[in-house]
Amino acid sequence: MAEPGKIRSALAHCAIDGVVAKSGLDASISEQAFVGKVVLRGNPSDSEFLATVRGALELDLPLAPNTSSETPPVSALWLGPDEWMLICAPGSEAAVVDSLNAALAEGHSTVVDVSDAYTVLRLSGPASRTILAKGCALDLHPRAFAFGDVARTMIAKADVILHQTADETDDGGPVFDVYVARSFADYLWRWFDKIIN
Amino acid sequence: MKRQRFRLPSGGRIDRGDARAFSFNGRRYYGFSGDTLASALLANGVHFVGRSFKYHRPRGVLGSGAEEPNALVQLGAGARTDPNMRATTTELFDGLRAASQNCWPTLRFDIGGINDRLSGLLPAGFYYKTFMQPARLWKLYEKFIRRAAGLGRAPTERDPDRYDQQYAHCDVLVVGAGPAGLAAALAAGRTGARVFVVDEQAEFGGTMLAESGRHIRIRDTSPDAWREDTIAALEDMSDVTVLPRTTAFGYYTHNFIGMLERLTDHLPRAEAGNQARQRLWKLRAKEVVLATGSIERPLVFAENDRPGILLAGAAREFVNRYAVAPGTRAVVFTNNDSAYAAALDMAAAGVAVEAVIDLRTEVEGDLPRLAREAGIPVLQGYAVVATSGRHRVTGVTVMRLNDAGDGVSGTARKLRCDCVAVSGGWNPAVHLFSQSRGKLNFQSEMNIFVPGESVQAARSAGACNGSFSLAECLKEGADAGLAAARVAGFEGADAATLAAIEPADGPQRSLWRVPSERKDARMFVDFQNDVTTKDLDLAVREGYRSIEHVKRYTTTGMGTDQGKTGNVNALAIVAGSLGAEIPAVGVTTFRAPYTPVTFGAIAGRHVGGLFDPVRGTPMHEWHVQCGAKFEDVGQWKRAWYYPREGETMRQAVDREVRAARESVGILDYSTLGKIDIRGPDAAAFLNRVYTNAWTKLGVGRCRYGLMLRDDGMVMDDGVTLRLGENHFLMTTTTGNAASVLSWLEEWLQTEWPELQVYCTSVTEQYATISICGPNARALLGAVAPEMRLGGDVFPHMSMQEGMVAGVAARVLRVSFTGEIGFEINVPARHGRAVWDALIEAGAPHGITSYGTEAMHVLRAEKGFVIAGQESDGTVTPIDLGMDWIVNWTKGDFIGRRSLNRSDTAREDRKQLVGLFTADPQTVLDEGSQIVERVSEAPPMDMIGHVTSSYYSPNLGRSIALAMIRSGRGRLGETLYAPMPDGPIEVTVTSPVFFDPEGTRLNG
Amino acid sequence: MLRIPCPWCGERDVGEFHCGGEAHIARPSGADTIDDDAWAEYLFMRQNPKGSHHERWSHAHGCRRWFHVVRDTDSDQVLAVYLMNEAPPDLPGRSS
Repeated sequence: MAEPGKIRSALAHCAIDGVVAKSGLDASISEQAFVGKVVLRGNPSDSEFLATVRGALELDLPLAPNTSSETPPVSALWLGPDEWMLICAPGSEAAVVDSLNAALAEGHSTVVDVSDAYTVLRLSGPASRTILAKGCALDLHPRAFAFGDVARTMIAKADVILHQTADETDDGGPVFDVYVARSFADYLWRWFDKIIN
Repeated sequence: MKRQRFRLPSGGRIDRGDARAFSFNGRRYYGFSGDTLASALLANGVHFVGRSFKYHRPRGVLGSGAEEPNALVQLGAGARTDPNMRATTTELFDGLRAASQNCWPTLRFDIGGINDRLSGLLPAGFYYKTFMQPARLWKLYEKFIRRAAGLGRAPTERDPDRYDQQYAHCDVLVVGAGPAGLAAALAAGRTGARVFVVDEQAEFGGTMLAESGRHIRIRDTSPDAWREDTIAALEDMSDVTVLPRTTAFGYYTHNFIGMLERLTDHLPRAEAGNQARQRLWKLRAKEVVLATGSIERPLVFAENDRPGILLAGAAREFVNRYAVAPGTRAVVFTNNDSAYAAALDMAAAGVAVEAVIDLRTEVEGDLPRLAREAGIPVLQGYAVVATSGRHRVTGVTVMRLNDAGDGVSGTARKLRCDCVAVSGGWNPAVHLFSQSRGKLNFQSEMNIFVPGESVQAARSAGACNGSFSLAECLKEGADAGLAAARVAGFEGADAATLAAIEPADGPQRSLWRVPSERKDARMFVDFQNDVTTKDLDLAVREGYRSIEHVKRYTTTGMGTDQGKTGNVNALAIVAGSLGAEIPAVGVTTFRAPYTPVTFGAIAGRHVGGLFDPVRGTPMHEWHVQCGAKFEDVGQWKRAWYYPREGETMRQAVDREVRAARESVGILDYSTLGKIDIRGPDAAAFLNRVYTNAWTKLGVGRCRYGLMLRDDGMVMDDGVTLRLGENHFLMTTTTGNAASVLSWLEEWLQTEWPELQVYCTSVTEQYATISICGPNARALLGAVAPEMRLGGDVFPHMSMQEGMVAGVAARVLRVSFTGEIGFEINVPARHGRAVWDALIEAGAPHGITSYGTEAMHVLRAEKGFVIAGQESDGTVTPIDLGMDWIVNWTKGDFIGRRSLNRSDTAREDRKQLVGLFTADPQTVLDEGSQIVERVSEAPPMDMIGHVTSSYYSPNLGRSIALAMIRSGRGRLGETLYAPMPDGPIEVTVTSPVFFDPEGTRLNG
Repeated sequence: MLRIPCPWCGERDVGEFHCGGEAHIARPSGADTIDDDAWAEYLFMRQNPKGSHHERWSHAHGCRRWFHVVRDTDSDQVLAVYLMNEAPPDLPGRSS
C-alpha cells in the first residue's frame, strides 16, 4: 500500500527551499508546495453568482482585470473575465470545492480543483523585479505592478500566473508568487537558479 | 616599458598611470587605460592593420568608431575568439590579443594579395558570371569560394561565456549620449519620467570627447565640465537608467528596441570572472529620442585606401581623446570646414600639417580662418589626384581643379606625408530611424539624408537630424527630451536654452568622385567589400538602375559595417552615372543590427538544458532510476523503453510487448491531455466537436471520440468520460493537449457563444497510470480491495471511483493495447506512491514497465491509429477506415460538410492498410514511399507511404501501417518500397494484425 | 515586436497571443445544402489585404479570451480592438 503521507511536490527532487541568490542579486526563492488552488468559472454580470460565492467564502471576487481579493484564509486571483483562481491553505481545497459546489448547484458555473496541477515558486527580496524581468516581458516597475496585482503571462518559455503578495516596504519584500504548471516547475526553477547563481 | 612613439606627451582622456600590454599579430605592445585597440596601435605607429576582403590590399584604420570598415580584427583565442571586431571600438585591456584577418601567411606577406594584381579579372558580379555554368560543378566551386570568402574565423568550441537578457520598459529612451542625447535625457529625467539613456561607448559625451575644448564653450564653462555635470545629474535621478557600452542595435515594431550591453568585453579574463559577458536588453519605450550623431564620409579619390589615410574627425579624436599623433606629417583633404579643426588640433599637437587641400574655391568659415592664422597652408580649389606608399601612405599628388570639378589641370605637386585626414562631410546616423520604418528626406544643401516624418513614437535630435552645430544639438536635444516626456504623460517646464560658443561653418562642396588625370586609378567607395567607382559604373552600364540592385550586384554596403562610410557616396556616384538626382535613385533600407550582435546574446539563457522546457511526469524520477531511455513528445520526456543490462532496444521492446500480452504491463500515461468540460450544453457541445454522438452516453461510461478540423481532416482523438449529466472529462493525445483546449475555447467563444460550457485543463492535476494484460485485473484487485472489478460490474469503457493503494482514485477501464486495461488517475502528488505500490504488488506477476515504443507496437498490432502519425492533416476518418465513428444523423459537427466535398469524397484517396514485408524480419523505415512499379531511378509514381512500422514479437514478424492510394481495394497486392539498397517487396493486408475479434479485451 | 491590446489585460507583447486570421467569416448554416464552391469559399478563401485588416486574436498565454483587432498589415498599427460580440467600429477613411 502507498503511504498516504508519501506525497511529492512538483519540485521535491530539487531541494530548493529558501535558496538565496548569489551574484549580487538580493533575493531568495522557495517552493510553496500543496497550496490549495481551485479554478472557479461563472458569469461576473450575474449578481446571484457573485452573491453565492460571497455567501460561501465571504469573499468578493475581483472583477477588475489583473487584480486579486482576499478574505483570509482564501484569496481570489483574476484569471479572465469569467475565471478566477481561489487560493487556500494546503488541504483546505476540498472544503472550498465542496462548499462552492453545494452553493452553486443552480445556474451555470464550474469549480475545479487544480491544486496538483500547479505549484508555486515564491520569489522575494529587493532584486525580485529585476530577476523576473530577465524572462518576463511585463512592465514590473512598482508603478505598473504593485501589491495584489495579478498577471497571467510568461516567464522565459513557461506560462505563469504572477501574483505580488508583499510590497517593497514589507520586510523581505517585495514578494511574488509564481504559479506554474507542475511539469514546467523544474524548468522554471532551473531558469531562476541559473540567473540567481 | 616600451615607448609608444606616437603618444603625445600630454593631454587625452587616457590614464597614463595604467599601462596595458597587448599583442597584435604576435607582437607585444603597450597602451593605456582609456585606449581603444586602434588608438593603442596608432600610438605605436601601427597603421597597417589588415587586408581588404577581395583584393587583399593593405588597409589601415579609417575611422574611430562603429563606422570602421577596415580595422577588423580577430580577438582572443580558442573558444573565446571573436572575428570581425572593430579595433576602433575595442577597449584596450591588459592581455588583449588581436590578429589581422584576410591574410596568409602573414599580414605583410600575403599570398591572397595576388588578387590585387588580378583585380581587372575580378569585376563586380565576377562570381555570378563565372560560376553559373555548368550547374553540376557548383558544388566544386562552392568549396573554393567559401574558403576564399569570409572574414575572420568563428570559434569551433562551445561558447564558455554566459549571456544575460533583460526586459525593460521606459517612458523615454534616449539613444546616444552626445550633446543632444545628454540634453534630451536631462530634460526628460527632470520631469520624473522613467528614462533610459544608452550609448555604445564606455564614456558618455559623443563627439564632445573628441573636442580639444579650445574653440567651444557651453554656458561659460568647458564642454567637458558641462558633460560631467549632466552625467552626475542623470545618475542622481532614481528613475533614470544610464547605460554606457550599450548599443541600441535594432528598432522594431511598436517601439521595441534591442540593445546590447557589453559587460565584460573590456576586462581581462581574470577580472571578468563569472559575470555574464553581455546583456541583451529588450526595451519597450513609450517615446524614443534618437540622438545618434553623424558619421563622416570619406572623399572618393584615386588610391584613397592606403594605410595612414583616415577620416579627419577620427584623426582629431585620436589626437584629442587618445593623445595619439596619427602621423608626423599630415595632409588634410576636405570639402568642408570641419576638417580644419583636425588640422588645427594636429598642428597644436606637434604634427606638421603640410597643407589643407580644399576642393572649394571659396573658403570662408571660422575654422579655416583660424587655420590660416596658425600658418597652415591652404590650397583652395585643389584635389588629391594620387597617393603613394605600399604599407603606409608616403605622399599625395595634388592638382588644381577645374571650375566644374570634373577635371584637373596644371602642374602636379607632390606632398610628402605619412597621414592624410579626409573629410567629405557628415552623414546623419539615420540607421535606427530608418529601421523604425521612417522615410528619409534628402536635404540637397548638404547632400544628406535626414529623418522625415516619424512612423513610430520617435523623434530625432542633433546631428542625426541634420543639425550639426553644438547649439542646435543642445537645443534640439532638450526640446525633444521634454516633448517626449510630455507625450508620455509627464509635466516639465521649458528649460532655458543653453548658450554655446562655437565656430561658424561655411558651405561645403560635394564632389562625389574627385577627378584624377589617371583614368585607371582605383577609387574605393566601400572599403570593406572593395567596391570601387568602376564596379558601380559597370553595374550601371550593365543596366542596373535601382540602388537595391546595384548594392546586391556590387556588394557595396553589404559588409559587416553595412556601408556606414560608403553608402551615400555610392548612391551619389550611381546617380551621377545615371544622370539622375540622388533622391531619385533612392536610399537603401537600413536593417538591424546597427553593429553585429553575438549569437550568445541573442540566445541568452535559452541554451543547453534551458533551450526549451523539459516536462516530466510525477513518476519521472522512477523512470530515470530504472534506466529508461526517453523519447521527446512535444516538450515531454516520456519513457521510451527500459533496457536491462545488455539488452538492445529491440530486445527490451520485445520483452515489454510480450509482458503486456502475457501477464501485466504498466505505463506512465500522465502526459495525456485532460479537459474538464462542464455546463448544461456540454453534451451538445461534444456532439459538435466529435464525429460521433454523445447525448446518450451514460454517466460513468466512456466513449472514444474523433475530432476533425472543419476541412474534414482528423485533428485529434481520445476517450471521454461522462462524470455527470452536464460534466465530462475529455482526454486528448499528449502532443495536442494545449491545442485541443484552445480549439474548444475558440469554438465556444467565437462561433457558439450561446452554448453554456466551461472547459478547464486538468492534464497536470492527475497522474495517470495505465496497466494492461491478462493479470491487470488481479493486480488492481491487490491494491484496490474495495473495488469490484468483475467484467459484469466494471465492463470495458466504464469508470469507477475508489481507493487505490490508499489514495482516492478514478479508474477507467479502457484499453489502447487490445488487452484488459485500467487507467488509474490520482492527484499528481500521489502519483509516485501509487506507482510504487503497483510495482510492488505486481512483482508476483512479473509486472513490466513499458515505454512508448512498446505501447506503439501493441496498438499497431491492433491497427489502432495515432492522430499525428497515421494522420498528418490530410487524412479523413474515411481514409482511416473509421466510417463507423462518423454519425451522419445527429446533426452538424465540425468537419461534417467537408467529408462530402468532391475532393474529400474521392475514391482514390490514400487509405489506411497494413503491409507485410516479403521477408518477415525486414522492418520498413517509417516514411518510406510505396510504389507499384520500381524503375531504375526516380521519378517513380509514389502511391503512398509507411506511417508506422515495427517488429511484432507476438506475431513473430514485422508489421507496418501505411496510407496507400485506393489501399482498401488492393488487399493482397504486391507493392514496393524503393530503398537505396534495392526495393523491398510488401503485400497489402488488413491494418488489424492481432486478435481482430477483440476477444482478449472482454475476457 | 508587436504590442497587442487585449481588451481585458491591456497591452502585452505579441508572444502572448495567437492570431486566428481574418475575422467575420460566417460559418454557413445548413451546411448540407450549401454547394462545394460556397463551402470552399468559407474554408479557404481569405482577403490578405495590404492595409486595414479585421482579425481575430486570442490572448493565448494570458486570459485566454478571443477578441477582434483591426490592424494595418503594412504599418502594424492597431486601429481598433473590439469584443467578439461587437460589430466592427467605423474607421473613417478606411475600408476593409
